[in-house]
Parts: sequence; C-alpha cells; structure tokens
Amino acid sequence: VSDLTGLTLAAALDGLKTRRFSSAELTAAHVAAMEQARSLNAFVLETPETAMAMAKASDQRIARGEAGRLEGAPLGIKDLFCTRGVRSTAGSRILGEFTPTYESTVTANLWRDGAVMLGKLNMDEFAMGSSNETSAFGPVINPWRSRNSNQALTPGGSSGGSAAAVAAGLVLGATATDTGGSIRQPAAFTGTVGVKPTYGRCSRWGVVAFASSLDQAGPLAKTVEDAAILLTSMSGHDPKDSTSLPVERPDFSGSVGASVKGLRIGVPKEYRVDGMAAEIETLWSRGVDWLKDAGCEIVEVSLPHTHYALPAYYIIAPAEASSNLARYDGMRYGLRVDGPTLEDVYELTRAEGFGEEVKRRILIGAYVLSAGYYDAYYLKALKVRRRIADDFDRAFEKVDALLTPTAPSAAFGLGERSADPVSMYLNDIFTVTVNLAGLPAISVPGGLSAEGLPLGLQVIGRALDEASVFALGAVIEKAAAFTSAPQRWW
Amino acid sequence: MAIDAAIVRKVAKLARIRVAEDRFGPLARELSGILQWIEQLAEVDTEGVAPMTSAVPLTMPMREDVVTEGGDAAAILANAPSVRAGFFVVPKVVE
Repeated sequence: VSDLTGLTLAAALDGLKTRRFSSAELTAAHVAAMEQARSLNAFVLETPETAMAMAKASDQRIARGEAGRLEGAPLGIKDLFCTRGVRSTAGSRILGEFTPTYESTVTANLWRDGAVMLGKLNMDEFAMGSSNETSAFGPVINPWRSRNSNQALTPGGSSGGSAAAVAAGLVLGATATDTGGSIRQPAAFTGTVGVKPTYGRCSRWGVVAFASSLDQAGPLAKTVEDAAILLTSMSGHDPKDSTSLPVERPDFSGSVGASVKGLRIGVPKEYRVDGMAAEIETLWSRGVDWLKDAGCEIVEVSLPHTHYALPAYYIIAPAEASSNLARYDGMRYGLRVDGPTLEDVYELTRAEGFGEEVKRRILIGAYVLSAGYYDAYYLKALKVRRRIADDFDRAFEKVDALLTPTAPSAAFGLGERSADPVSMYLNDIFTVTVNLAGLPAISVPGGLSAEGLPLGLQVIGRALDEASVFALGAVIEKAAAFTSAPQRWW
Repeated sequence: MAIDAAIVRKVAKLARIRVAEDRFGPLARELSGILQWIEQLAEVDTEGVAPMTSAVPLTMPMREDVVTEGGDAAAILANAPSVRAGFFVVPKVVE
C-alpha cells in the first residue's frame, strides 16, 4: 500500500475493515507525515506513542470483530478540547502545562468509536482570531501557496491547525470549534470541508469556553462524507452540558448522496457585499447553477439585518469571553506570576498570560457589561441578535436552505491584516450570522481563485436539519469536482 | 462614545489585567476604533424586541440533587501552581 496519507477517512475505514492494511501501518504513515511537516506548525503537541498504542489496540479489536465506527483512524484534536493526561493549552500561555484529569465529551465519543489521537492542533488563542496569528505557539502556515509565490499564507482561524493538518494529509480528519466562523473559514482557505452543526448537537463539556452561547464543535475533513462520519461520532446528547440538545443522534452519512431535487434554495441578496472579490461572486453563481442542475429551485431572499451581525457579535462574544476567562486567576491551574498582594498576582498573571487580542476582547467585554453601558451595548446586541435570528426564520418559511460564499476572499498573507482588528473581523461576515442564530452550516471547496487558492461555498440549513446541509454539500462537492491539492513544499 | 485612557484604566481594573502606563493611550485608541464600528447597531430599530439570550429555545433541564462526582482532591489539585497538605496555596488575603 503506497500512500496511506492520501486516503479519505471513508476509504481508510474501508481498508481497515477489509484488512488491506492495519491501523498500525496507517497510523505510522500519518505519524511520519506529521513529523515531516513541522514547518507548517500545525501541531502544538505530537503524541506518536499514544497514537501507536491506540492503533495496536484498534487492530486487536478489528481482529476480534469488535470494530467501532472510527476504529483505527488517526485524527488530530484542536487544542481547545481537554484530553486526559495530555497537555491542553487553548493556544494560550496562561494555561501553561495544564494537563486535564478528565476528557471532553466530544473526544471521549471519538475514542469510544475507536479513533486514534495523533496530537493536539494549533489554534488562535482561546479561539479568538481568523488567521491563527494570535496563538501563543506562533501561526500555522497554510499548505497552499499562490501560484509562483513562496509567500506564507494563513490557513484561517481559529481552527487553523486542524484545517492545515487535514489539507496536508497529516490526519484523516480533525476536531474543530466554531464561534463566529472558526471551522468554516479555515475550511474555505485550505480546500477542506468544515461543518458547524446546530448549536447543542455537540457537547461543550470539556471544551475550553470562549463564548458559551455561540461555541459549537464540529469536524474538519477531506470530503463531505468524511465530515458526516466524524460528526456522527462527535455529536449526541450529554447531560453534562445543559445546552446539549436532548435529540436523537442520526447517522449523518446517510444524507450524503441523497437527492436534493425539489429543494428550494435561498440566495440572500445582502451577502453581495461591497468590495467582495469578483471571483467569489463568480463562484457563488456557479454554485447556484450546480444546485439548479440538481433539481433545486433558486429563490432570492432577504436577510435585512446581516450588516449588523458582526458588530452585534463583537459585543456578545467579548462579553461572554470576559466572564468565561475570569477563571484564569493563577490560583488553581496554569500560570501564576507572583506579586506582593493577591490583586497583584491576578493582574500580573493575566497581563503576562493573555495575548494582545484576548486582552482586547476581555477589555471590550468588561466595558460593555459595566454599569452604565450594559443597556446601550450588551442588551442592544442581544435584541439585534433576535432580529438576525428572525430574519432566518422568515427566510426558512420560503426556502429549505441558503447558499452563500464562505469568506469574502481567499487565504491572505501572514501579517497582512493583523494591524487592524476590524479588517480582521470582517473575515467572518458570511459565517457569523449562523452562530448568532444557532444554525447548522457547511463549507465545501468550490474552486480555485486566479492565484490558484481554494474558495469555499457555504450551505446554511434550518436548526437540526444537518441532513439537507450534508445532501446539498455533497451535490456541490460532486459538481465542483475539486481534486486540487496543495503542492508539497514542506 | 470614545474611550479615553481613564476609562481603559477603570476597565482594566475591572478585568484584573495590569496595563503598562504607556499602553493606556494606544489601547484607548484601539478600543475606540472597534466601538465606533460597533455603534452602527444604534441604527437598528429594536423597539419591543425581546433580547435573545440563548441560541436555541431550551428550558434548563433539571436533575436529581445528588453528588455525581467528587472525593478526588488529587485530581483537583493536579495542575495547581502551589499546593500544601491537600490545599491550594494562595497569597495572603487577611491581615
């Protein structure tokens, strides 16, 4: 068997089941790929010994006929997920060498189904960023480069390590999280598939909190089918998360390949924003044609409050973050910087432990929640959030799903946007509305830009209708026939 | 409303983050830039709109009021920066 790292997750699982190769062989090939790709900086911690031990245990279960759904498949885990006995940092210095004594529900679900852990993946600090440049471990480098250029590009963020590792074939799939676009924008920037499920599908228990009413875990994968397989294992009701939905866990892979004939697809006119690259517009029209060819009916819809989603998000998310991140006080875990008084210890620890973007958001959050500003900012943003959710409700009276671009541009160069926070925030203009409304969405590669970089299309569904999202995603994937891969330079 | 250095000082105190003296001015400018952009929310008519406090309509689930986990001080203390005799050690807070 020549290139085991070139397989999709579905093909690898099939090869394991039919004994064409062992999990030990499959895992060793991925460990080697991971070790040869350190210049991408996708991993913050490699766990090759754990991986090989898990692979051998998987091979024994396969031999006994006790294989789980993901038996023997090597995956990467975003470092926001707590993993028992394995350092978990959330990309921050403030967690130091924090080594959880418990396992997040999502990762526990993966191990229950037989998956193998290759290591922990790099990310923006506390998932706050759109370029992976806020990580305490330095930025991830996108395996993709523009044609005839050696410039280092961002893989997007915050799940940049997850996206880069999948795109470079270092892992068969990865966990990720999405608070404002952190799964879908990296998927678009790296030619991979990313799914943000309905809020409450995946348990948040053991996932380091950023903005609890928006955070949701999901997969990054090579194909729509792989993403469906991963989400089936990751999701499910968890009594340990009070916002986990008490609903049945479907087998999402059953939706891949399902007919979309007769589905009504909305194209929101407000997503045609000023300054959007012409090639994004072209890709969007092509997506419309593909769905028309598959028998969908295209309907123009209006989501009138779209323009206000990002400003509302940049009140709500920092407000929740300033509250969630209050726990990093240097007392119970992580970094402690000593000082003369307790107050000094708090302030010095947090000054040294948090990076600039995280501090900026905590300060904004503390400001909008402080006496005298709460109504004007925080309460106003919650009302605008309702308006945005109502827009979707009205649109879904007329259509079954929405088609939009995932991001307003292709991957950009490292350092190009980090000087201006607002220009960085605008990356999430097409994705953030979905988090505010709690809806499921997928990003699927639709084609290449003029510079040869991947571009993504987004399908947004009704709450709990991942079935349509996967079915439509699979139709786009097939029509786009996106087979490009990054030229290996690392 | 523009944020000045005095407001940054107050908010940094609330957030328990030490800020160097020469950073108050630049931070005030950065945060003002972000807030000016956010202030376009004022254009939205939200008269009579109920604030949305959760992403999905869900009533908080109730469970039996019983201990589910506990009795494992070693696990709780495993990551502490300073531990003595089964306790967290923190700076003195009472004179």
